[in-house]
Amino acid sequence: MDVTHFDAIVLGGGPAGLTAGIYLSRANLKTLIINEGSIGGQMVLTHAVANYPGVLEDSGRNISQIMKEQAKSFGCKIESNVEITKLDLKSSKKMVEIDDDEVFTADVIVIATGGKPRTLGVSNEEKFKGLGISYCATCDGDFYTDKDVVVIGGGNSALEEAVSLTKWVKSITILHQFDNFQAHEKAIYEATNNEKISFILNADVKGFLGENHLSGVKYQDKNTAEIKEITTDGVFIYIGYIPNVDKFKDEISVNERNEIIVDSNMKTNVDGVFAAGDVIQKKFRQVTTAVSDGTIAALSAIEYLQSK
Amino acid sequence: MLRTNLKHIESEEQFNEIINNNENVMVCCGRMGPMCLPVYDIMENLEEKYPHVKFYDMEFDAPHAHVIRNHPLARTFMGLPFTFYYKNGEAVKATTSIQNKKQVKTILDEYFAK
Repeated sequence: MDVTHFDAIVLGGGPAGLTAGIYLSRANLKTLIINEGSIGGQMVLTHAVANYPGVLEDSGRNISQIMKEQAKSFGCKIESNVEITKLDLKSSKKMVEIDDDEVFTADVIVIATGGKPRTLGVSNEEKFKGLGISYCATCDGDFYTDKDVVVIGGGNSALEEAVSLTKWVKSITILHQFDNFQAHEKAIYEATNNEKISFILNADVKGFLGENHLSGVKYQDKNTAEIKEITTDGVFIYIGYIPNVDKFKDEISVNERNEIIVDSNMKTNVDGVFAAGDVIQKKFRQVTTAVSDGTIAALSAIEYLQSK
Repeated sequence: MLRTNLKHIESEEQFNEIINNNENVMVCCGRMGPMCLPVYDIMENLEEKYPHVKFYDMEFDAPHAHVIRNHPLARTFMGLPFTFYYKNGEAVKATTSIQNKKQVKTILDEYFAK
């Protein structure tokens, strides 16, 4: 198997990873970004980014495409939609194998693998994806015109997407596991004042019902412990994100929420390994904070390489 | 028109010509939304590794997309994109909603083996 050496490898191609790629390659370091999904990460899920300084409003996809072109213009190589099949972060020469057939080594690694949508992990969730279960109101909302749907979740995404779905659907029931919402006041106000939206709180989803197509949701009423069912034409799930650390959490220190622990220079517990973006322990997850983390991680990595 | 690097199918005539004149064809019918974009990216990424397969996209809301929207295999589909796999002009497999690279490769390897 051929082995190609880089000065730096960035794992992840969202805003943090792309920013790290821009800074590292602009510093004349031979840099590779390895991304298991599509370039842009969760940013491409955002139709309109309106709070990124210097950009009045644009889609997350467009902004990520510009970041990608910017990184490539400085010589950064990008491998996307690949699978990381082997990883060695602890050796002085770090190693990443992709798709079981290509091996890359590097002197420094920046982990910017972001997060992935949390799934409920209940029966029939995967089976009914696209057959009654959706994760995107703007993509699939019109399939549910004049139908009754359930939205699962109680954060900003759940409430905002529920309001957005009211353009199409007849009614929405929001199922949420707690008795209060984890969303900002504006989202709560708009959802609770929409006559198409009703709420079932303290509800733990236990599974999805149906034969070839989703027909209902089974949940437990946490107030009474009673198992109940609700009939519905569709379900939209928005229950947050979890850090993408499965492939290296045995090597890198993470906290109880599986977020990578870093110092103020984005350095992890492993020599020569830095981390940035939504995968690290932090409070605010925005494109701007990811870009900031990516910058700090790259500059720290450059300093680390210069000191060697 | 979809803003991807894939070749676009822009009429029913073109669609028929493509599926009838090529042994293996994959068509992703969608919009420029977050569930569709990853599938387009995966297809672009696989074009080189599957030279015996033709990869195309199709705008879901275009009139000619009825060939996919109204296909019997898509009867219960309620999630974009609708992705169809044609062998010698016949739809042999279809999926709804986002798919990852492994899922796409599994289908390509099963139905379009070299």
